[in-house]
Amino acid sequence: MSRKQKKMLVRILISAVLFAFSFLLPLGGAPRLLYFVVAYAVVGWDVLWRAVRNIAHGQVFDENFLMALATVGAFALGEFPEAVEVMLFYQIGELFQSYAVGRSRQSITALMDIRPDYANIERDGALEQVDPDEVAVGEIIVIKAGEKIPLDGVVIEGSSSLDTAALTGESLPREVSEGDSVISGCINQSGLLRVRVNKEFGESTVSKILDLVENSSSKKARAEHFITKFARYYTPVVVIGAVLLALIPPLLLGDAWSIWIERALIFLVISCPCALVISIPLSFFGGIGGASKAGILVKGSNYLEALSETETVVFDKTGTLTKGVFQVTAVHPDTLPESRLLELAALAESFSDHPISRSLRQAYEKPVDHSRVSDVEEISGHGVRARVDGLQVCAGNGKLMNLAGAQWHDCNLTGTVVHIAVDGSYGGHIVISDTVKPDAAEAIGALKRMGIRQTVMLTGDTQAVAEQIAGELGLDSFHAGLLPADKVERVEELLKQKSAKGKLAFVGDGINDAPVLSRADIGIAMGGLGSDAAIEAADIVLMDDQPSKIATAMQISKKTLRIVKQNIVFSLGVKGLILLLGAAGLASMQAAIFADVGVMVIAVLNASRALKP
Amino acid sequence: MKKHFKMVDLDCANCAAKMEDAIKKISGVNDATVSFMAQKLTVDADESRFDEIMKEIVRVCKRVEPDCVIKL
Repeated sequence: MSRKQKKMLVRILISAVLFAFSFLLPLGGAPRLLYFVVAYAVVGWDVLWRAVRNIAHGQVFDENFLMALATVGAFALGEFPEAVEVMLFYQIGELFQSYAVGRSRQSITALMDIRPDYANIERDGALEQVDPDEVAVGEIIVIKAGEKIPLDGVVIEGSSSLDTAALTGESLPREVSEGDSVISGCINQSGLLRVRVNKEFGESTVSKILDLVENSSSKKARAEHFITKFARYYTPVVVIGAVLLALIPPLLLGDAWSIWIERALIFLVISCPCALVISIPLSFFGGIGGASKAGILVKGSNYLEALSETETVVFDKTGTLTKGVFQVTAVHPDTLPESRLLELAALAESFSDHPISRSLRQAYEKPVDHSRVSDVEEISGHGVRARVDGLQVCAGNGKLMNLAGAQWHDCNLTGTVVHIAVDGSYGGHIVISDTVKPDAAEAIGALKRMGIRQTVMLTGDTQAVAEQIAGELGLDSFHAGLLPADKVERVEELLKQKSAKGKLAFVGDGINDAPVLSRADIGIAMGGLGSDAAIEAADIVLMDDQPSKIATAMQISKKTLRIVKQNIVFSLGVKGLILLLGAAGLASMQAAIFADVGVMVIAVLNASRALKP
Repeated sequence: MKKHFKMVDLDCANCAAKMEDAIKKISGVNDATVSFMAQKLTVDADESRFDEIMKEIVRVCKRVEPDCVIKL
């Protein structure tokens, strides 16, 4: 509790005690009035003061004014205990609201506790602790075990495992060693790292993420706009209702003024739309906070809202559903054994830095002895011809096999096929392809279970590869052989096909699909960790590479929206009920304020559920 | 130009909405949001007159909620 809140609590307690004793003291007449005025003033003087001050500023339908009017009215009617009680409850409600909001704000800040406090910098041979803001690009920082990495950079010495949980929600540590890039916000778990900084603090991943989360509440959801609009009309309407209620029945029916004025005061007591105005943004704020904890950055409440209405999810293939890394997926021996095929291919391709050569060397697993290879000749569009241990080895496509005069045959698998011939005779082939991410199929399944009508894959790859992957993952449809511009066109078409209310989400790796990300209703970028382009272009950023996080994000979104709807219906329902009961004379002023504060407390507690996954 | 400001002692959600409304009506302000949750004001306003507009914003906010201070 802040100091301000503690002061308020003390005032509430004193007033409550005075109020309780009022029933024991045999007071009457003027002393009784004075006693209640004191109890009232202790808890409510600031409300009166603000009411007066705000009227001077032209704020008529201010809740302070309405509360003041309601309670002073009660005094005028001789209902002293009611006046004190209403003010007491009102202040308890306000205190609770401020406390609850402070708490949830704190817990979200704690979730995002990735801001580094200092950086260890090496200057003139000595270590110095400085503000991360003061470190320049190119300087060398030292990160000890247990410390947070303050700025983005490249490891120049040391190796360690990094805890990326605060950024990605992923509990598995990431191994880094010399030459690897590291990202600010991760925690160094074991060794000492020396890192050359390559981004200023303001440009570092951690600053970007914090910025994004802190500003996410500025993009409001439709539900929030609805409430703001509603609040604008609600208070004046209720106040006018109160005035009419106080005037018309006594004038027309000749009833006693006091009865109807008291009923009108009940209207004033519940004229503040507080419960709604506070609980709706609080729910969205909690939802966004909870998502951040799972490594999902949502750039605004509007996107969280839209996500719950998603009908179609369009995926990019490479880097999104697949790893985007080429790997040897099969070795088909013909006349030579598997290991020999790999060995020859790795050696023949040992001087190339092409991704295919790299994947061959990776599959070979042993170090490559360059002295065994000579006369390397790259034949563009064909492959490589080289002398390995004195044998002439050809590694490449069918055309190269024809050139070498080898009797080759095609492969039944899709992917890039490397055929190998030794001294003109066919040895067999190796299949290299992109591999599907381990959780991709599960991610598609989860989305379908959540009611997504259509899952589509777009890719620049060949029809055969796309067909195989789409089948393997259970996608509804796919479009292959697309250029980046074609992808936008396909998304436009899909946008036309969906229903008016439904939303289309596009998931990509953010590298070359910025136009599609912005064209879709919701652009989701993957693997945002360290990729500025993805963080800029997308509406939602998945910090790690797991497609299953899309389903998680959708779950959080649906839960948040459910809470929002519950709060709207519940708060409006109770307020409406009290208005009716109050007008009919069936609700007392105490009941009204009790219900009003109660609704707010329940709505706020309900909203704070959004924070929990 | 878009700028963010911290708001201190912004205690009531309804006032935040009222402030936002009032700020949006100031001429030269393209867009504004007052986030009660983040205790933050985001203003997108005419760059050449930004300081002048900010003064007006402070005045308007004072009128809605005198306790709240915008940290410039």
